[in-house]
Amino acid sequence: MIAGLYIKGNSALHRAQAGAKILAMVALGTGVFLIPDWPVVGLVLISVIALYRVCGFGWPVLAAQIKPVAWLLAIFFAVQLWLNDWQAGLLVITRIAAIVMFASLVTLTTKTSDMLASLERAMRPLKPVGVNPEKVSLAISMVLRFIPVIATVASEIRDAQRARGLDRSILAMIVPLIIRTLKMADDVADAIEARSFD
Amino acid sequence: MKTKDIVYIALFAALTAVLGLFPPITLPITGVPVTAQSLGPMLAGAILGARRGGLSIVLFLVLVALGLPLLSGGRGGFGVMIGVTGGFMFGWAISAFVIGLLIEKFWNSLNVVNAALSIAFGGIVVLYALGNAWVAVVAEISYWQATVGAAPFLIGDVIKVAIATAACLAVRRSYPLISKSA
Repeated sequence: MIAGLYIKGNSALHRAQAGAKILAMVALGTGVFLIPDWPVVGLVLISVIALYRVCGFGWPVLAAQIKPVAWLLAIFFAVQLWLNDWQAGLLVITRIAAIVMFASLVTLTTKTSDMLASLERAMRPLKPVGVNPEKVSLAISMVLRFIPVIATVASEIRDAQRARGLDRSILAMIVPLIIRTLKMADDVADAIEARSFD
Repeated sequence: MKTKDIVYIALFAALTAVLGLFPPITLPITGVPVTAQSLGPMLAGAILGARRGGLSIVLFLVLVALGLPLLSGGRGGFGVMIGVTGGFMFGWAISAFVIGLLIEKFWNSLNVVNAALSIAFGGIVVLYALGNAWVAVVAEISYWQATVGAAPFLIGDVIKVAIATAACLAVRRSYPLISKSA
């Protein structure tokens, strides 16, 4: 099983409902786009950073969340500095940092299983328009099962193609991978139908 | 929707996740990293068609949003989904749908040219239109500036279009799944 990004803890945010946290994230994301002043957005960012401390996460966890976008933020700041002024640059980067940090915090404090449970609840009203929550759950659990299977098949094919001197060819890798897994998918579908799902 | 369709949708969502496990190749001169993962939406659309292809990428994105580190480099969660590259994430699902729509349209007379153009339109034109628009809003720059900034990534995408085209035609010959008015 693939481990989620969740980090164990017992803070208020860890205990909060997944749905509530997602709503808070949407509200924060919309809010910082409506505020045109960098000092206000900066305060929001500082509060989000403070929340990391409240949740018991150290600086390494915090740094790991912002690191992937750090170079983009640097570029955006430079572009704004060049086009407008440093205030505009600060607004853009504090805004992005606040959204990314808070969204990551939601992910870090919510178990994948809790997130899944609130997704299932959120899907219930969609049943009349043809969204079947059972089928969505089936699809989700199948993806999680397929990932290690596909990875195994991929390494088998890589070995086979290496024996033919084709291990540098992406196509010689991907076409057999797709066809073999499609055949497997047919067998899986037959097995599910044989058990009267549907 | 038949059980088989659900299994295919799950399969291509998983395939997209596995493509993210391959280490990115860094292009010479420009130093732009190219990941295999964005092949996923192209393959899903070109092999499964619009509906199933689009849904498989939606499913993949749902799993990422749930907090699983399925994006290349082991990333995941809401931070990446609504961050700077969010437009490209949602764009993947639309691009898979558009590619599928075009491939279905050309299905009975599919050849290298119209397959490559379909995949390039959905996988580059549509995807970058959405991705760049998002970047432009988030970074408060003009659409044109965002487009110029994204240009170095095109080299990798052209390579991926070529791979997806060849794979789509090979799978069509041996294991066709789109049977348009056949």
